[in-house]
Amino acid sequence: MEYFLQQLINGLTLGAVYGLIAIGYTMVYGIIGMINFAHGDVYMIGAFNSLICFLILGFFGITWVPLALLIVLIVSVLLTSVYGWTVERIAYRPLRGSSRLAPLISAIGMSIFLQNFVLLLQGARGKPLRAPITGGVTLMDSHGFAVQLSYVQIGIMAITVGVMLGFTYLITQTKLGRQQRACEQDMKMASLLGVDINRTISITFVIGAGLAAVAGLLVTLYYGIIDFYIGFVAGIKAFTAAVLGGIGSLPGAMLGGLLIGLIEVFWSGYFTIEYKDVAAFSVLVLVLIFRPSGLLGRPEVEKV
Amino acid sequence: MVANAAPSTEIGLHAAPALDYQGILKQAALAAFVTFLLAAGIVGIETVSSTGELTFATRYTEVFIAVVGVFLGCVAISLMRAGRPMPALIGAGTVTIVLLVALILETENEVFKAILPFKAVAIDWGAVIIPAVIAARAAQLVFRARAKAAGRTAPVVAPTLAGLGRRAVPWIGLVLIVGAVALPWLPFGASQRKVIDICTLVLTYIMLGWGLNIVVGLAGLLDLGYVAFYAVGAYSYAMLASNFGWSFWVCLPLAGMLAASFGVLLGFPVLRLRGDYLAIVTLGFGEMIRVILVNWWWVTGGPNGINKVARPSFFGFSFERKAPDGGMTVYDLFTSVFGSEFTYNPYWRIVFLYYLILACALITNFFTLRIRKLPLGRAWEALREDETACRALGINPTNTKLTAFAVGAMFAGFAGSFFGARQGFVSPESFVFLESAVILAIVVLGGLGSQVGIVLATAVLIGLPELFRELKDYRMLAFGIGMVMIMIWKPGGLLAHRDPTIRLPNAAPKPDGAP
Amino acid sequence: MSMATADRPSMAVAGEPLLRVEHLSMRFGGLVAIDDVSFGAAPDQITAIIGPNGAGKTTVFNCLTGFYKPTVGRLTLNAPHGTFLLEQIAGFRIAQRARVARTFQNIRLFAGMSVLENLIVAQHNKLMRASGYSVGGLLGIGGYRRAERLAVERARHWLDRVGLAAQADAPAGSLPYGGQRRLEIARAMCTEPVLLCLDEPAAGLNARESAELNELLLWIRTEHRIGILLIEHDMSVVMGISDHIVVLDYGRKIADGSPEAIRKDVNVIRAYLGEAEDEALPPEVAKDLGKTVP
Repeated sequence: MEYFLQQLINGLTLGAVYGLIAIGYTMVYGIIGMINFAHGDVYMIGAFNSLICFLILGFFGITWVPLALLIVLIVSVLLTSVYGWTVERIAYRPLRGSSRLAPLISAIGMSIFLQNFVLLLQGARGKPLRAPITGGVTLMDSHGFAVQLSYVQIGIMAITVGVMLGFTYLITQTKLGRQQRACEQDMKMASLLGVDINRTISITFVIGAGLAAVAGLLVTLYYGIIDFYIGFVAGIKAFTAAVLGGIGSLPGAMLGGLLIGLIEVFWSGYFTIEYKDVAAFSVLVLVLIFRPSGLLGRPEVEKV
Repeated sequence: MVANAAPSTEIGLHAAPALDYQGILKQAALAAFVTFLLAAGIVGIETVSSTGELTFATRYTEVFIAVVGVFLGCVAISLMRAGRPMPALIGAGTVTIVLLVALILETENEVFKAILPFKAVAIDWGAVIIPAVIAARAAQLVFRARAKAAGRTAPVVAPTLAGLGRRAVPWIGLVLIVGAVALPWLPFGASQRKVIDICTLVLTYIMLGWGLNIVVGLAGLLDLGYVAFYAVGAYSYAMLASNFGWSFWVCLPLAGMLAASFGVLLGFPVLRLRGDYLAIVTLGFGEMIRVILVNWWWVTGGPNGINKVARPSFFGFSFERKAPDGGMTVYDLFTSVFGSEFTYNPYWRIVFLYYLILACALITNFFTLRIRKLPLGRAWEALREDETACRALGINPTNTKLTAFAVGAMFAGFAGSFFGARQGFVSPESFVFLESAVILAIVVLGGLGSQVGIVLATAVLIGLPELFRELKDYRMLAFGIGMVMIMIWKPGGLLAHRDPTIRLPNAAPKPDGAP
Repeated sequence: MSMATADRPSMAVAGEPLLRVEHLSMRFGGLVAIDDVSFGAAPDQITAIIGPNGAGKTTVFNCLTGFYKPTVGRLTLNAPHGTFLLEQIAGFRIAQRARVARTFQNIRLFAGMSVLENLIVAQHNKLMRASGYSVGGLLGIGGYRRAERLAVERARHWLDRVGLAAQADAPAGSLPYGGQRRLEIARAMCTEPVLLCLDEPAAGLNARESAELNELLLWIRTEHRIGILLIEHDMSVVMGISDHIVVLDYGRKIADGSPEAIRKDVNVIRAYLGEAEDEALPPEVAKDLGKTVP
């Protein structure tokens, strides 16, 4: 029972991170109908930006955790959002309106470029960070197994909830959010009504990148070590989460993320850890075969 | 040429509109600022974890150079767009010449070394190429403007070159084939073996490229997990050869069939998915195969792979010093046939392997050329163009796609088999996603559907870094940005041009009331 | 060159409709696109389906040609080569087995392939059989070369008929709009169908091109003796060549009969022009209906 609870906590934590990344995928897909292949690598860059920021703050002696966290959060989100914006400007905007294949290949090229960019500049080794936040709460302790809830985990869940609330407010209540949803529904009409399409799409990418940056920061704190390749696998899993929840649906993305996190952790915990990635990929295949619209998505009717 | 053409739309030295200095500077400044934000973290700070503890070193010069470079580049491009290519030419040209001189002379002079912006030689060459390209484009614009001012129509060089290029393609192909066959006999001196090794590697990738071309180029299915079939071929060969001891010539077709079956197995559930989804799912499959290869110890040998895989023989005659089963070695064979004494020469096996992969690749090429003229190949291409229309014509899209997938997988299986035989061992490291990406890059850069284009792309992407070892690190970086650029500039690929596979016989144009 | 008449005996049972649509309904979730539509289309006749935009016409086509699965309904095709229940046949097999061909509202050509290649692809199934599913063709055995030559001749026949022979080797996407429409019809005919479904073939054509289209469709009906189903807004085409008109409005059939009857039908007038007052329509309005596009 205790073991189950521990896995549950771990799964939800991991799932929250996947959910944040998945939102970026689903938003971009919703508005321009393409998979942003490079999104996972933007998340990786967010992690690196956070790491570097921590290093610098440490160098300057700013070690009071809440302040450091806040600064790192703001700086990382800002810098990573610029990456998201640039990727869209360079690799996707020139190809808007061309065949399906071209933007996809461009996205793959961008993904490869970002990975190797970081690889060449930072090296292939994993970068460890001495955990700024340690310790946690012991929830239960019986049968010799203590169920731990670390402060980092609490922080992750709290930040995720906060971000989701703020984000939902943004999408549903603000003008920006309305414009975004209008573009998702019918881009031509939205532009005829005066919505600046380019700006709206750019902002979508920026927000997605910002959320990915938060995820990167959380992962840096949680695992304590990052390398240039984390974007690749996390990207596929987050995309699986977006598809599972229903591509185009924002609550679906978070739900999908939580589910994938739970699946991965429970699989590792109760079966084997080596094949956990296979479990996640299999979910993707199964969802796409049997319920392509996902859990919360609407089935697409083909227009001939 | 009439001289009173609307001045604002012509690139002319005499009639350019007033320059919007502020606008140009603002745009360049914005780009430079964005560059600064991008570079400040990851470029500017280098994290070092050698001692186990994480520290960092600064690289502000690189950031500065990047920012300044982007600023100047933006200004140059804006000037060219606004109709003033001359200053851009002067500026970019000067930078190019200075950097080039510094690069060439750097080993001798400390001053020159200081001018070079980056520490790594390869990036310095990259730093030269960018202003060089800008200068070249500016020069082209200047010439065009001069020609217009003088009243001459600018020589329409580019389209005629392209037309010439297209007609030359089959001849280029012929030359390449002849050259490839003659390669081992050409005098390369001491680096003979190295050249053949590199060419064998290049040919393997060419075959993979031609194979993936069937899936991506002809049928339009974006397969990002192609390396999985390569792996199946290699591992099948290894397992069949080491467990059953069958010869290469038996294992090769078997490996191909196994890979093709895998193609059908993997393809069947997912081929009705749309392009993007198909790409991700195939990517996932590729990764799954790799994870299984790494973890399924008792079958695949885990991370160590399978060693001591039997080497190919010359149709039954071994290349070893002594034939393992006491029969004749290939040297004995040639001695008895040609009379003069042949002794053990490791070079023979290398040449044999080279011709083997050459034959396999040429068979793949021949297959593609033939199948395009058959209903199956045409159905593939039609499917790529418009699947809905195919359905309306009674073509079974699922089966057609499956066939493309399976055939592509089969060729990858053959290539994998060859790879296992050549290396003598197989391990999962050779089958990472990066390989799929490289093969896709080859197909995309070469021009989806263009056979010769793929050869050239492979030569550049695989051959060059092998020849210049220092380039290897930057190869993938160049891949990535290259793929983006090709899609923006020439989405059809470098050599993409489609000739019809069939023409109307004695097509005399009949004015039949056509509008 | 009349190629199709020899292998197509005319309908054995006189009066038996080629296509019988019975109680066809199509629902998308809560939206009812077609509601209990029934009609018949005779062989050797041109049947037009007309109606205001959104009436469900293309949806009917999509149900007939396997792109949608009807919610309710029976679609019977009485062809010389067999009887088929179209609502039970999956997508592409309707074209393959039942030999129902269609064109699309937004032209769907293989734009990157040449005009001739488009017509060769249309004969795919025949050529596949002749080439042993391409394996025989690959190995050079079997009668593929001969089959291909015949296919080219058939393509040439159609190219001559639609006036595209001169552009046979040009990419299909480079044709002008009218040419693309004609090519799509030629391509559909190359599949040797028994029922040809045309979705707004006159859209975007000028008056002269529409007249040529009329001529082409009449020629197809007479020479090849197949049934033609036509969705159209252009009344000059509809009234000019239809033998039978079915009118849909809001997913329901509101009229069914000869062009003369439809012209005078009060329900049709009401659907196109809106609710009229409870009085007889002035004669000029009725006369106008024959010419204008509502």
